Amino acid sequence: MSKVVDLVDYDEAIASYDPVLGIEVHVELGTRTKMFCPAEGSFGARPNSETTPVSLGLPGSLPVVNAQAVEYAIKIGLALNCTIAETCRFARKNYFYPDVPKNYQISQYDEPIAFDGYLDVELEDGTIFRVDIERAHMEEDAGKNTHVGGDGGRIHGATYSLVDYNRAGIPLVEIVTRPIEGAGARAPEVARAYVQTLRDIFRALEVSEAKMEQGNVRADINLSLRPTPQSPLGVRSETKNVNSFRSIERAVRYEVSRQAAILDAGEKVIQETRHWHEDTGETSSGRPKSDAEDYRYFPEPDLAPVSPSRQWVEQIRESLPELPAARRRRLQTDWGYSDPEMRDVINAGALDLIESTVAAGTTPAAARKWWMGELARLAKEQDLALGDLAISPQQVVELQELIDAGKINDKLARQVIAGVLSGEGGPAAVVAARGLEVVSDDSLLLRVIDETLAAQPDIVEKIRGGNMGPIGAIIGAVMKATKGQADAGRARQLVMERVNA
Amino acid sequence: MSNDVVRLSAADQGALFASGEVSSVELTRAHLDRIELVEPQLNAFITVSAEAAMQQAADADARRAAGEVLGPLAGVPIAVKDIVVTDGIQTTAGSKILENWVPPYDATIVEKIKAAGLPILGKTNLDEFAMGSSTEHSAYGNTRNPWDLDRIPGGSGGGSAAAVGAYEAPLAIGTDTGGSIRQPASVTGTVGVKPTYGGVSRYGLIAMASSLDQAGPVTRTVLDSALLHEVIGGYDHRDSTSLDAPVGELVAAARSGAAGDLRGVRIGVVKELTGEGYQDGVASSFNQALDLLRTAGAEIREVSCPNFPLALSAYYLIMPSEASSNLAKFDGMRFGLRVEPESGPVTAERVMAATRGAGFGDEVKRRIILGTYALSAGYYDAYYGSAQKVRTLIQRDFLAAFGDVDVLVSPTAPTTAFKFGEKLDDPLAMYLNDVATIPANLAGVPGMSLPSGLSDDGLPVGFQILAPVKADDRLYRVGAALEVLLEDSWGGPLLAKAPALEGK
Repeated sequence: MSKVVDLVDYDEAIASYDPVLGIEVHVELGTRTKMFCPAEGSFGARPNSETTPVSLGLPGSLPVVNAQAVEYAIKIGLALNCTIAETCRFARKNYFYPDVPKNYQISQYDEPIAFDGYLDVELEDGTIFRVDIERAHMEEDAGKNTHVGGDGGRIHGATYSLVDYNRAGIPLVEIVTRPIEGAGARAPEVARAYVQTLRDIFRALEVSEAKMEQGNVRADINLSLRPTPQSPLGVRSETKNVNSFRSIERAVRYEVSRQAAILDAGEKVIQETRHWHEDTGETSSGRPKSDAEDYRYFPEPDLAPVSPSRQWVEQIRESLPELPAARRRRLQTDWGYSDPEMRDVINAGALDLIESTVAAGTTPAAARKWWMGELARLAKEQDLALGDLAISPQQVVELQELIDAGKINDKLARQVIAGVLSGEGGPAAVVAARGLEVVSDDSLLLRVIDETLAAQPDIVEKIRGGNMGPIGAIIGAVMKATKGQADAGRARQLVMERVNA
Repeated sequence: MSNDVVRLSAADQGALFASGEVSSVELTRAHLDRIELVEPQLNAFITVSAEAAMQQAADADARRAAGEVLGPLAGVPIAVKDIVVTDGIQTTAGSKILENWVPPYDATIVEKIKAAGLPILGKTNLDEFAMGSSTEHSAYGNTRNPWDLDRIPGGSGGGSAAAVGAYEAPLAIGTDTGGSIRQPASVTGTVGVKPTYGGVSRYGLIAMASSLDQAGPVTRTVLDSALLHEVIGGYDHRDSTSLDAPVGELVAAARSGAAGDLRGVRIGVVKELTGEGYQDGVASSFNQALDLLRTAGAEIREVSCPNFPLALSAYYLIMPSEASSNLAKFDGMRFGLRVEPESGPVTAERVMAATRGAGFGDEVKRRIILGTYALSAGYYDAYYGSAQKVRTLIQRDFLAAFGDVDVLVSPTAPTTAFKFGEKLDDPLAMYLNDVATIPANLAGVPGMSLPSGLSDDGLPVGFQILAPVKADDRLYRVGAALEVLLEDSWGGPLLAKAPALEGK
């Protein structure tokens, strides 16, 4: 474990040093079968049930490249503005570890499928930050080791280990940035936004479910500090396998503070891999990179080179879906939202919901009003993602239609929503079942109004004399008497008629 | 049923089966009897799968009885080098590390053999992981040469060659990474063919050096090799290096060659693979064969392949490099031998080390170390990288030569079979045995060895024919023509001159 370090306050650290990031993101592709064999490898299957001689690395077995994985890798490369290689090769990365069935991993080394790209990342305040992409390459995932009997599932002290090869051979694309400079104090935010933007792209391309919590997307964060932006790059640490957006931000902050403390003390940062601890928000020392194994890369002789035809690449380019950034721009224009409004919508994860709601037939303003208002409030209250609320865009449209038709008012609408969320059915059904419809029967309203006015003759006089102030009190009383089901406009109209009669 | 049936060629046995004169059960039983008789002297097999073979033979008989149209080798038994995985039958690769390992799947060529109705007699002996030129590096003991039991049967496919040479099997599968089909064929008086790289699927071949390994036939006649080559050849979607091209009209080429007419065929003698370093009796046998080819109308000329002298060095960098990586999977974790350290903690690393230490033999360890070194950072360019450049030069030599001639020829090996132990302590001398066969593996071209007679020491000499990539048919045409001419000159097959080996 790491020795205890006194951290430097983040703002102080940033005032003294310039951080440089480098991010490697692994995404598991959602192909039907594995990278090099026809095993399916779905998440959560019985251990070692989804394997073939190839993914178990049995003697004699040979890999064959999954064409769908290549297509997905090209999609990712194109979405990241990369050049797609005319021909590329796989290489063997040799190292011994029980979760690597062949004791080498088939990866791409000096000939990746996609290279030299960039990704424009939008920060929370709307700033666009460009991250240069060095390469995106294909490789296979390793299996999963479970260490039993040790401390907190670590190999150290474990009495035995279980190996599950279901994940072994799942196709991965690894996206490697060039050094990300110029982020300054915003380095944690840039790191987070970059990975978030990638995740959104993976989903838009439908190349991966991109579930962070299932490890579909994992980030390794390289960070180094240097005295000034003009100084040469400092020694970096590589924090491995960070797999939540929040953790990415925290890990960067922590490493900035930790490295600053080391540098302030006049010591040298060690080039090493570090483990991220979600619970403590700290990183701890892994293995020093100076002792890193010599992977003895060489071209994989069991696989022919991959040479995607230009025609195929262009076909893929043409079939690319609208990417998240372009889609957001288009929707903002269509909907007429202001920049802050749009940002709030995105941050709330309400884009798809609002789009569906608008598509189902309501105005962008109304859709935003519900999703960003009452529904956002309820989601927060119940600690749910907005999309996980038990109400559909179609039901929100239905709700708005009831209001537009004058059948309910905004206040009743809140009760209707409560009913929908508690499983009482759609808005119309809730209105019917709970008897929430606005009272449109004038005789009932008139009876209540007459009773109220009769009780307060002085008010009648004031209104008659032109003082409209007290009318609100009358209407309030009417609403109370009708449990909110009166139409306030109609009530006002009737009060005036009565007073002036 | 006469025991002489085992001395028939596979083609003749197949014809008897097809005509209904013998059953596959009879053919298989006869070979199993022969194995029982001579195996104690030879040790050509690591595993004899008698029960499975008899079952497969009964299946072949049933298929014939049911009127199924079967190929020309249906019913004829075969032996398979023990580096080719066989579902349900122990596959050791000649190594202690795989002792008792029973694969859960068949190699593609085994599937094809089974589909064609050839019962598998068993798994033949080899140098551990196909590393060696003498079958002295097997963890299961030496195989002996049927011509002289004190001599090596060649390697690594000595088991397959000896089994075929001693009539234990009419057909065998070998694998050839640097000559392991052709060199054993040469020293045992049999026919061995290394097809064009990718012409026969590697799926299910335990890899030594992936870019060089090639499975192929070991037989007693050129026609039998052609027949077997057509059974096992062809595209396999499970092998990405497999050629997506037809196998070719190999049997037809063998039959046309057997007519003995080679007019218009240009034959190049590789200058760099003759002369110095070649045993006298080898050279004279080779020259006699050239004379016969000339009489058949072939045009013989000398051709230079100037980079061939670099081939051996390049090979001994590429092969161990790939082998060091291919053999990494043998670690005691998933299959095969598992050895725990004698003392101290039982960690994954220590189990791997103990397993590999106990399970691998010296030659395998030597090549793993060589390869690991050649691939390591800082040495890669100087060794592996340079070797790959030489490989390109060798390919160019072949391209240039095949611009002038249709096939290239040379002696298959510089010497006849040497005695056990003679070269065991001198790996470099052992490596020199493959000097003539290696260029074909580096360039991926097909090659054949067929017997060209006996040297002055009374031991068989091999004649090598090389053809351009995908022109395997030329091997069969020229090989069959030469075979006919030679057998006419000997008055029968060369193997008829071998000792009888009728058991002790």
